[in-house]
Amino acid sequence: MNAVISVIGKDTVGILAAVSGLCAQVNANVQDVTQSVLGGYFAMIMVVDISKCNVDLSDLRTQLTALGQDRNLQIHLMHEDIFNSMHRI
Amino acid sequence: MLSTSEILETIQMIQQENLDIRTITMGISLLDCADTDIDRACEKIYQKITTRAKDLVKVGQQIEDKYGIPIVNKRISVTPISHVLAVSGGDPVKYALTLERAAGTVGVNFLGGFSALVQKGFAPGDMELIEAIPEALRQTEHICASVNVGSTRTGINMDAVKMMGEIVKKSAEVTADKNCIGPAKLVVFCNAVEDNPFMAGAFHGVGEPDCVINVGVSGPGVVRAALAKMQGGDLTDVADLIKKTAFKITRMGQLVGAEAAEALGVPFGIVDLSLAPTPAIGDSVAHILEEIGLEQCGTHGTTAALAMLNDAVKKGGVMASSNVGGLSGAFIPVSEDAGMIAAAKAGTLTLEKLEAMTAVCSVGLDMIVVPGDITPATISAIIADEAAIGMVNSKTTAVRIIPAIGKKVGEELEFGGLLGSGPVMPVGSKSAEKMIARGGRIPAPLQSLKN
Repeated sequence: MNAVISVIGKDTVGILAAVSGLCAQVNANVQDVTQSVLGGYFAMIMVVDISKCNVDLSDLRTQLTALGQDRNLQIHLMHEDIFNSMHRI
Repeated sequence: MLSTSEILETIQMIQQENLDIRTITMGISLLDCADTDIDRACEKIYQKITTRAKDLVKVGQQIEDKYGIPIVNKRISVTPISHVLAVSGGDPVKYALTLERAAGTVGVNFLGGFSALVQKGFAPGDMELIEAIPEALRQTEHICASVNVGSTRTGINMDAVKMMGEIVKKSAEVTADKNCIGPAKLVVFCNAVEDNPFMAGAFHGVGEPDCVINVGVSGPGVVRAALAKMQGGDLTDVADLIKKTAFKITRMGQLVGAEAAEALGVPFGIVDLSLAPTPAIGDSVAHILEEIGLEQCGTHGTTAALAMLNDAVKKGGVMASSNVGGLSGAFIPVSEDAGMIAAAKAGTLTLEKLEAMTAVCSVGLDMIVVPGDITPATISAIIADEAAIGMVNSKTTAVRIIPAIGKKVGEELEFGGLLGSGPVMPVGSKSAEKMIARGGRIPAPLQSLKN
């Protein structure tokens, strides 16, 4: 069971570390990361395996949102099913 | 593997383009609650609703949390109360108050089904229920009423049409101190459907199972944004793009509906493919039509653009869902759509044009504010016109108009929330009194020789 974390905001040192650090803390295994920095803006999409996660999805979302607020980033967490149902037949 | 652009597209739809699940509606049959003692019947109804729907709001929130997609409304539709009233007799308002109490206990936004189906005539309970509608709407906050006055197979019950003109007016009068909210919760249908999840016209038809989950998706903002990004292209391309977008929106509805039904342990009914606008900026059906190329919604060309939009939404949505039903089409509720409000204020969108638009889309003259001094006969005549369009074209049509007591053309009526606000629109000045007073029935139309 995977979830997708998206991070958008102004580039600063340690964004990737902070987000993946939080994932490690809750035992969510990072499967794939795509990230780019365009004109000073940081955009990252991270697919994480949440089947062994030690908090539930809404808790993880709250923690990620709080992390985003601290660092002035927009962080969203969504279950993978929604993307699969929308984009795959 | 999902591509970055697909992931970003979905996130943008939800974060910026107001994509949401408009409603998950639980349909509950009350046929087994009928009792010759009205108090006992009310108690059975309260028990059944609060048992069946006790987890509805909780499950809705869990799904919101899981997928990160807003589910704006959690609602309930019940068997038309006239059926239960037929057995018990007594004061129909008692049922309305029971439903209100149940709605409060389970925490839903609206509960629909204070309804009667009288397309061919009045059965026991029907007339009493209809007469009680203004009082039921005055005394409750979350209860919605609807009356079906005609169908393609039966024709139009003009006695009921006459009655509904009076009921709509009275509903406005008794709620004049609450911005005439009464008639905003009252729909008069022709060809009403039994599985509609949208309010105010939802009720749980007698052909439906005991309990069922129906889902209404939304997303005018997404369709408009997709069109805005389109460079050039003819109308075939436009229709194609709308189809693809509708497919994506509906897939999400299907996912949420199936998940909700499983979590609640009830069968999944249908996904309603309607494009339902809200007063929020960017969530407007009128703005889609303007994006297609109209200077303002309501001008010449509006009917054609809307017909294309409506058809493309259905074509895209039908493939995305295992079961499509309800009203399925584009809604054009004036007070709930920022673009429609602007067009009505500018005088571009008139009642006559709206009537033409209802011939090609779902569902009818919806959330239209009319002057407070409108006569019941004129309201009945508006209902009759709209029912005739539905009857002849074998489609659902409805009328939800709000006489703004004490207000004139040019003034505004504010409801707030999803119901929005609407300018008072002018109606014809000549009377239809004599025709409405005739009553009787308009016979069912011929189903062949279609021209």
